[in-house]
Amino acid sequence: MMEFMEGSHAVAHAVKYCRPQVIAAYPITPQTHIVEALADMVANCHLDAEYITVESEFSALSACLGASAAGSRVYSATTSQGLALMFEVCFNCAGMRMPVVMSIVNRALGAPLSIWNDQQDSISLRDSGWLQLYAEDNQEATDLHYLAYKVAEDRNILLPAFVCFDGFILSHTYEPVDTLTQEQVDRYLPAYRPLHRLDSEDPMSFGMFASPDYYMEFRYQIDKAQKDAAQVISRAGKEFGEMFGRDYSEMVEGYRLEDADCALVAMGSICGTAKDAIDEMRRDGKKVGLLKMRTFRPFPEKEVRSALSGVSRVAVLDKNISLGAKGAVALEVKDALYGTQVPVLDYIIALGGRDVRKKDIRGVVEMAEKGKGDLFYGLRQEVL
Amino acid sequence: MALGLGCSARPGKAQENRTGSWRTFRPEFMHDRCTKCGMCSQVCPEGCIGENDEGFPVPDYDYCKGCGLCVEECPSQAIEMKKEEK
Repeated sequence: MMEFMEGSHAVAHAVKYCRPQVIAAYPITPQTHIVEALADMVANCHLDAEYITVESEFSALSACLGASAAGSRVYSATTSQGLALMFEVCFNCAGMRMPVVMSIVNRALGAPLSIWNDQQDSISLRDSGWLQLYAEDNQEATDLHYLAYKVAEDRNILLPAFVCFDGFILSHTYEPVDTLTQEQVDRYLPAYRPLHRLDSEDPMSFGMFASPDYYMEFRYQIDKAQKDAAQVISRAGKEFGEMFGRDYSEMVEGYRLEDADCALVAMGSICGTAKDAIDEMRRDGKKVGLLKMRTFRPFPEKEVRSALSGVSRVAVLDKNISLGAKGAVALEVKDALYGTQVPVLDYIIALGGRDVRKKDIRGVVEMAEKGKGDLFYGLRQEVL
Repeated sequence: MALGLGCSARPGKAQENRTGSWRTFRPEFMHDRCTKCGMCSQVCPEGCIGENDEGFPVPDYDYCKGCGLCVEECPSQAIEMKKEEK
């Protein structure tokens, strides 16, 4: 059913239909509306879940980890500093193979304090073992939660998953969204059946200790599950498309890439602006296309390579920076294209909520055509 | 030992971890000096010193980490640490 609603509320509805049994979260801008809505649903008996109020994000994710170990489907949401506080627990969730699903409402990291959007928070957890999906609009943000549970809980994967969508730009924007119905979601997403669970009748320990003789093998297994997730995402995305008409079988999506000379690469809401800018540039005769990355972990290396190996140049829009190196997406795109001679130029853009307009996308393409890149786009020289 | 997913384990799994491989020095028991007082087995943090049919202490080298506490505490100097030959 199509409804005109705020992104956060659309996500809260999707989460409700996923029937989480335990929710633990700590409110933080711009994630607040999601967890407020879920708390309301639980308080009003519209959602049969345990809602644990906690004193920090560290506790929130720890509660989720414990509840997941006890065999529950769990949910949390956070952003920025909250995610930073969860750092240790994030690695534990992945290491213990707990299929926790968490919304990351992307926001910049301090200092200086910024409540506005970029993708530094989730990108900084790229090595933690969590699957990372990025949404372009609120429909996708909603749908990716169904997909995330389906993939995370797959018996061959059992990894936690971030569903990332841009703070304010998506979370606080009203758009028409098809939230599906409970019956539809139940058909797509059956109840979670844990492989192992904490049970006082049949005690088990999780993630206790590994000597140097075993630790590397555990890390290998997580990495293998990440790589195997590519196929599971593709299958789950296809099934979603067959049931509801929106196909997510591809981890990357090309837009007007077929004959493109210059390919932009981006993740999240900036893709919408880029598509509009591309349409305008195409009308002016510029052969520009976009590769939208929906999945950052696992990194879709083969898909990126096959989508981009025919273009003359690649311009990556990075809403993050690995300080002292480059944007995280550009580094990995470069790796995927190693040996192809396709130049990859990096543009650090839109950090801390700096607005990106169509003219900025056009500006990036013009720079890329001149071979000028690997820079912060739109720096205000007058304040430096 | 096959890995449990996410390092999951049932009780008793730690027994399969032969911590004796960590040892650099190994305690050697000289029963001719031993008075069977039992101090060594009392202080062993691994609880891996048992006794033989005659009541003399016998360590389980699969789990003895070679900490040397038994040597320090033995009132009869009946235990000596020897460099582990590997």
